[in-house]
Amino acid sequence: MAKKKASGKKTKKAKTKKTVKVEKKAKAEKKARKPTIDDVIVEKTEELRKRGVPLKIVEEVREKLMGVRDLLTPSDVKRIVDLVAEEYFNNLVEPAEPVGTVAAQSIGEPSTQMTLRTFHFAGVRELNVTLGLPRLIEIVDARKTPSTPIMTIYLDEDHRHDREKARDVARKIEYTKVENVTRRYEIYPYQDYETGLYNATLILDLDPAMLEDKGVTRDQVAKAIGKLKNVEVEVDDTDPYKINITIQGRDLAHIQRIKDRILNTRLKGVKGIKRVIIQKRGDEFVLMTDGTNLEQVLKIKGVDPTRTISNDIYEVERVLGIEAARALIIREIIDVLEEQGLDVDIRHVMLVADIMTRTGEVKQIGRHGVSGEKDSILARAAFEMTVRHLFDAAARGEVDELRGVTENVIVGQLIPVGTGIVELYMAPSSLVRRGEE
Amino acid sequence: MVSRKFNVLNHELVPKHEVLSPEEAVRVLKELGTMPEKLPWIKASDPAARAAGAKPGDIIRIIRKSPTAGETVAYRYVVVG
Repeated sequence: MAKKKASGKKTKKAKTKKTVKVEKKAKAEKKARKPTIDDVIVEKTEELRKRGVPLKIVEEVREKLMGVRDLLTPSDVKRIVDLVAEEYFNNLVEPAEPVGTVAAQSIGEPSTQMTLRTFHFAGVRELNVTLGLPRLIEIVDARKTPSTPIMTIYLDEDHRHDREKARDVARKIEYTKVENVTRRYEIYPYQDYETGLYNATLILDLDPAMLEDKGVTRDQVAKAIGKLKNVEVEVDDTDPYKINITIQGRDLAHIQRIKDRILNTRLKGVKGIKRVIIQKRGDEFVLMTDGTNLEQVLKIKGVDPTRTISNDIYEVERVLGIEAARALIIREIIDVLEEQGLDVDIRHVMLVADIMTRTGEVKQIGRHGVSGEKDSILARAAFEMTVRHLFDAAARGEVDELRGVTENVIVGQLIPVGTGIVELYMAPSSLVRRGEE
Repeated sequence: MVSRKFNVLNHELVPKHEVLSPEEAVRVLKELGTMPEKLPWIKASDPAARAAGAKPGDIIRIIRKSPTAGETVAYRYVVVG
């Protein structure tokens, strides 16, 4: 980017308008000549990148230097760049700094200010989202399913700008059963005197408004029901919203079961998606769902599979992998904290997400995850179920290496953190040699 | 329902995954001064690892977008699972 800008300015200086090809040639010529200040800036900042300074800082430095390029000499640039590098490396976390403890406190303290039980309506009135402390606990505990599973479905170029087209996609996703489009039903069981078995007539009275809303026709409903066993379907010619069904059952309980099966027959949609809401975000329409099924929804036509996301961390891990789960953990925690107006540095949250995903699968911070799988017996015993851990360890003849913090506090040693991590070793043989000299 | 093959690596939440060549893996481990098992792991069955074509024993370079550093490089060791 900056390079392009630089070469653009150069051509301006030369007061000639050149095509790209000629410009390349000119660039080569320029290299032979004395480098301009722009070249120096580009070169020096690139060097900064190679020294291990993050891209973002390098870009910022380059941009700022370019802004004041007329006031700089090449040696200024060099001095500034060196200072930036020095300052950056001075500010890195020191080895042996207890970053975990710092992260825990940095997230823990603001969390005490969170409203205990918050149910917030994120943008839409109809959709209830768990936020605040309950959601935070849910994330770090890595619960199998979130208490309010939600998907944010983005649409592809063809569908995102038009409400009608968005609704078409929404209809394909929302799980619709026969029951959802039925206004009323009547059932008349009767006994067949020849066989002694019970049959029944079920009359479904479909709701015109719901049919319209879900985009289903009566024939589709009849067809879906017709696929079931022990059922005969007939559409009523006198009423466009009536379906007559004959059920052949064994007894009344059997008929009841068949009736339930008819009402639960899937008409369309993705399993698990209870409701879909169309929302306008900026200049595009986005679907919010109650219930998640990332795997299936990504396959639906009209959905943009590169941006569609679920708030179920396990589901994301399963469908998109551990790195996506890590990114989602960070995003969800930051969202919760931000919504509560708490300013926590994202680096602490990143550390939490790194630890939770370290083994290649999402692990909770707690008994069944990170804390419960520590190598040290004493550290585990200090956390929970002290006696059990000690008994188990004794039975197995385990050894505690005393490498961690907790176990060293317990035995009263210096903890291996900060300056405490430094140990002094002596090689007596080399001392002897020196004495000989 | 129209079924389409979707590459998970194209998803916004999934950072770039690259499988390292053996030579490169050795170089990276030396640079970091560590052993493969001490890196964070990724399962061979992980959708992103599969999409990148990784096998157990490989090391994957992950280039993440980061709000603090712009771009960060991380490594994961592919484990059986």
